[in-house]
Amino acid sequence: MINVLTTLLPIQKGNAKIAGHDLKKEPEKVRESIGIVFQELTLDRDMTVREILEYHGRLYSMPKAKRQERIDELISLVELEGKRDTLTKHLSGGMKRRLEIARGLMTRPKVLFMDEPTIGLDPQTRIRIWEYVRDINRQGTTIFLTTHYMDEADQLSDRISIVDHGKIVVSGSSWELKNTLGQDLIYLETGDNWTAAELLKDLDSVKGIKEKSKGIIVMVNVDGTYLLPEIMDRLRSGGVTIRAVNLKKPSMDDVFVHYTGRELRDNGAEKGPVVIPRVRRR
Amino acid sequence: MNTGFLTIYWRDMLRFVRFRALLFSSLVQPALWLAFFGIAMSNNFERLTATMPVAPDVRTVGYLTFIGAGVIAMTTLFTSLFGGTVLLFDKNWGLMRETLSSPLPRIHVIIGIGLSGMTKSFIQAAVIMGFGLLLGVEFFEGYTPIQVVYSLIGIMVFVGTFSFGFLFLSAAIAITMESPEGMQAVITLLTMPFFFTSNALYPVDSFPPMLRALSTINPLTHLVSGIRYFAIGSDFSAIGIRYTYTQEEILVSYLALLAFAGIMFFIARWRFTKVTVT
Repeated sequence: MINVLTTLLPIQKGNAKIAGHDLKKEPEKVRESIGIVFQELTLDRDMTVREILEYHGRLYSMPKAKRQERIDELISLVELEGKRDTLTKHLSGGMKRRLEIARGLMTRPKVLFMDEPTIGLDPQTRIRIWEYVRDINRQGTTIFLTTHYMDEADQLSDRISIVDHGKIVVSGSSWELKNTLGQDLIYLETGDNWTAAELLKDLDSVKGIKEKSKGIIVMVNVDGTYLLPEIMDRLRSGGVTIRAVNLKKPSMDDVFVHYTGRELRDNGAEKGPVVIPRVRRR
Repeated sequence: MNTGFLTIYWRDMLRFVRFRALLFSSLVQPALWLAFFGIAMSNNFERLTATMPVAPDVRTVGYLTFIGAGVIAMTTLFTSLFGGTVLLFDKNWGLMRETLSSPLPRIHVIIGIGLSGMTKSFIQAAVIMGFGLLLGVEFFEGYTPIQVVYSLIGIMVFVGTFSFGFLFLSAAIAITMESPEGMQAVITLLTMPFFFTSNALYPVDSFPPMLRALSTINPLTHLVSGIRYFAIGSDFSAIGIRYTYTQEEILVSYLALLAFAGIMFFIARWRFTKVTVT
């Protein structure tokens, strides 16, 4: 999808507008208004940090003075001041990523595409990259980001779309998506899960019940802390023994599993679902 | 005018200068050809042709001078044919995505690579000529300084046009192929017929008709003729054979190179419109 939206692959069905330009009719205009951070590293190993940015600026016909100014700006934004004339092969993974982000921003794009920008990075570097992403967004750049990390989507996005098998299954803000699962999730492990589900399903405040391997998850649309005693009473009077109880707020992980019907750990498979959070201009 | 091709040129030259080993070998290798093959063969040919009658009023040049032009041509051929390899690596390592997703027209990638390859060929040709003169290659004998300059320009025009043609061919192959090994194989295979059906190392006069026909359409033959015309003269004898080049013949040779470069340019352009890099 990113390949199509960034004009690397021709669009076959439907249409899309990027920064107000039609992808089919004005691919050049689209190219001029976007920046891309690719999933794999795409840095020439034998060019220096400055040269990478210089090359990019030249590709987009930026005038020399503007190029110099922007390079200085970006190198300090991504904190690579000491590495200006270092060949990229001598940079660490996190530094390379930061350089790529700087490159994506070189031409002050209206939309920045980021394809799994924090894949394979340590938690500290991830958090730093998130900070850059927020900064960039705050300065008025729309960011289109794909990720498999639900916490990343949750943390960064104004709007999230979950894509499964090439189709958007649900879209909305993180808050909206979580609310579709109910206000709270109650996990119950009982002596007879099936009976338990039968007993609870016609309670007004229960939105739905899902089976898990050992227990059930009850999605409720009221504050679970107050509903829990009633649930337990009902199960006891129905003769169901309760072995374990857990109450939590739905997370993006839960949203993801709910809509794709798959556990997160399965998605190493090729067709694994992807989440596309879009950080919109505020 | 959009000067985007200069960006491509800049990057490729940057890499050329940065890879010291590559730079060094690309300059030393042709010199070694001249030094070892040239001197070894030159002694053999001199002995074989010693008994042959020498045309009385024609300048006779040694074998080393004869193949001096051939070595320049051969080096240009090799350098140019491999000059597109960078595109294959860029494609395989994802580097080309940056270029192709930018507003730069694709044609500029081809032109940029062509220009940088041509520059490399110029540098090599200059080194070979300089080194050759030291070894005793009799280029520009009896020329006035103005004639030398004129001849150098002529050689550069021939070398430049020729290298453009083969760089476009190389770029077209690189953008079509999937693996560097495959590209290496195709190019090695290609160099053989170009190299051996040309007049670079030996005269083509005694070739069987089939080979002769091939040598006439071989761009390398035309390049060698051009270089000999400018560096040695329009009438000389070498290895017992008299060579004469008229201005018309040289013009035809140049037009042949130009046509070759033109055709290759369109082929490269066509291959580039087909390429999708994901």
